[in-house]
Amino acid sequence: MTDLYLVLAVILFSVGLVGFLIRRNALIIFMSIELMLNASNLVLVSMSHVHGVLDGQVAAFFVMVVAAAEVVIGLSIIVTIFRARRSTSVDNEILLKG
Amino acid sequence: MTAAVLPLLEFTPPTIDYVRLLPFLIVIAAACLGVVVEAFVRRTWRHEVQVGLALVALVASGAAIVSGWGSDSLAVVDPIGPDQPVGSVMVDGPTQVFWLMLVLFALLAVCLMAERRVYAGRNAFAPMAAAIPGSQAEAEADQASLEHAEVFPLALFSLSGMMLFVAANDLLLLFVALEVLSLPLYVLAALARHRRLASQEAALKYFLLGAAASAIFLFGCALLFAYAGSFDFDLIALRYDQGAAADRLLWAGLGLVLVGLLFKIGAVPFHSWAPDTYQGAPTPVTAFMAVCTKIAAVAALLRLLFVALGAARWTWQPIIAGVAVVTMLVGPVLGIVQSNIKRLLAYSSIAHAGFLLTGLAGALTVQSGLAADQLGTVASAGFYLMAYGLATIGCFAAVTLVQSQGREVTELSAWAGLGRRHPWFGLVMLVCLLSLAGIPLTAGFTGKLAVFSVAWRGGYWWLVLVAVLAAVVAVYVYVRVLVLLFSRPASDQVEVKLPGPATAVVLTVTVIGSLAFGLVPGPLADLLAQSSTFLRSVHN
Repeated sequence: MTDLYLVLAVILFSVGLVGFLIRRNALIIFMSIELMLNASNLVLVSMSHVHGVLDGQVAAFFVMVVAAAEVVIGLSIIVTIFRARRSTSVDNEILLKG
Repeated sequence: MTAAVLPLLEFTPPTIDYVRLLPFLIVIAAACLGVVVEAFVRRTWRHEVQVGLALVALVASGAAIVSGWGSDSLAVVDPIGPDQPVGSVMVDGPTQVFWLMLVLFALLAVCLMAERRVYAGRNAFAPMAAAIPGSQAEAEADQASLEHAEVFPLALFSLSGMMLFVAANDLLLLFVALEVLSLPLYVLAALARHRRLASQEAALKYFLLGAAASAIFLFGCALLFAYAGSFDFDLIALRYDQGAAADRLLWAGLGLVLVGLLFKIGAVPFHSWAPDTYQGAPTPVTAFMAVCTKIAAVAALLRLLFVALGAARWTWQPIIAGVAVVTMLVGPVLGIVQSNIKRLLAYSSIAHAGFLLTGLAGALTVQSGLAADQLGTVASAGFYLMAYGLATIGCFAAVTLVQSQGREVTELSAWAGLGRRHPWFGLVMLVCLLSLAGIPLTAGFTGKLAVFSVAWRGGYWWLVLVAVLAAVVAVYVYVRVLVLLFSRPASDQVEVKLPGPATAVVLTVTVIGSLAFGLVPGPLADLLAQSSTFLRSVHN
C-alpha cells in the first residue's frame, strides 16, 4: 500500500521531468519544476508516516518555503525577460550559443 | 494502510554551539545588514559602505575560522538522536579548510565586484536592473551614474549558503543550503551593465536548469529518507550497515542526489548551463561562481559520499569514474574550438571538474586504509581546488581589463598580441594559464599530481591514463591562447586598462599564489592532510 504512494510520486515526478524537457515556454517549464518539488513532498510526507517519525513532514514545510522563494526569483527573471523581448519562449533565447 | 500513530514528540530544541558557527553567522549577519544599508544609506555612499561591510565581514569570518582551527565537533546537536549524538551542522577539519578557501576566494571576488576604475568610475553592474534594456529609463539611470550595490549582500547570502552547504550533515539542510547558495547567484547573473539581454538570458538558463537540478536533488533526498527514515548522514550510514544493502530506494536516491551535485560542479552531462552562464554573467560574478560554487559543491559531495554513503563506495566509485572520463574528455575537446575567452574558461572549468572527480573515484580515506597525515581524496581535492581557484580568478580578473570603448572584449581574435604589448598582462595570463594547464612549478601541476596519485593508489590506474591523455589535450587549449597573446602583429582594436587597486590585489595574489603553491607545495599539503578527516558521530 505504501508503495503506491511512491509509485504516484514517481509518476508525478516523471510528468514534471518530461514537461521540463519538452515544453518551450519558460512559465510552463517552471510549473513542471514545481510539480517535481511536490512529488518530493508526497514522498517525504508518506514515508514520514511509514517510518513513524515527523522529520519528513517538517521537511515538506521547508520545501514549500524554498519553493516560494524560488518562485520569487524565477518569476522576476522571467518577467524581466518578457518585458524586454515580449516573449517567454526559451527558443527565442539565442544570444548565447556555441 | 494501518494507522500507525505518530509519536507525539515533545519539542526539545537542539543544542547550538554558536561559537563554532561564528564564521557562518558573521557572513549571514553582514548580508542582512547589507539589506538594511540599501534601505537607509544615501545612494551616493552605498557602494563604499557595502564594500567596506563585505570586506570587514569576510576578514572577521576568516579570523573566526582560524581561531577555531583544529577542534572538531557538531555545531548543532539533535536531541532526539539514539545513543550517539547526531546533528545537522558539522564543523570539522574539512569544513574549516573549505570555509577558509571559500572566504578567501569570496574576498577576491568581492574585490573584483568593487572595482570601478577599469569601468570608468562605475561598477560592473547594471545602473537599474528593472529598466528595460535600451529604454529611456535605462539611459537616464546611466546618465545619473546609478549603481546596484545590492550585489554585495547578494554575494554574501550566496557565500553563507555555500558555507552551510560545506558543513551540512543532513540531507534537508543540504537542500536548503543548496537553494540559499543558488538563488542569489541567479539574480547576480542577470545584472551585467553591458549586453544586458545576454546577461538576462544567462540568468534564465541558469535558473531553469538550476531549479530543475535542485528538484531532482530533492527527489533523491526524499528517496534516501524513504530508505533510511532519517535525513542525518550518520543515521543513513547506520541504516546501510544494518542491512537492506541492495535497496532500490537507496540506489535511485543516490543517483538522483548525484545528479543535483554534479550539476553544481559542472560535470558532463550536466554541464550545458556553464558556458552560456559564464559568458553572459558579469565577469566578477562569473569568477565568484566558477570558483566558490565549485569548492562548495565538491566539498558537499565529498561529505555526502564518504559520511553517508561511505560503506556503499563500491557502487558509487564506478559511477564517479564514468562521469569523470566523459567530463575530462568533453571539457578540453570543446574548449579547443571556442572563440570567446569566457566560454573557453567555462569549458576549462568543466575539464577541471573531471580531473577533480578522478580523485573522488579513488576514494582514499582513513576508512579505506589511508595512513593518517597522508594526502587522501579530501586533501588532494582541497589542493586542486586551491590551485584551480587562484588561476581561474586571476584569468577572470584579466578578462575585465581587456576593453574597447568601455566594454569588455571577450572575443579571442581581438586578444592577439596583448601579452607582447603589455608584458605585465602577458605575465599574469602566462602564470594563470600555465597553472590551469598543469605545467610543472605551478600549483596546478601539484594539484593534478595529487588527485591522479590518489586515483592510482585507489585502484583506478586506467582512469589516470585517460586523465593524463585529457590533460595533454587541455594543455593545447591553454597554449593556444598563450600563442595568440604573444603573437605578432599586435591587435590595436582593444586597450588593456590599468587595474585599479582592488583588481591589482587580485592579480598579485593569484600570480604569487599560483607560483608559491607550485614551488613550495609542502606546507599547504601538510595542512590539508592534517585536517582532511570527516568527523562521524556514529562509529561502526
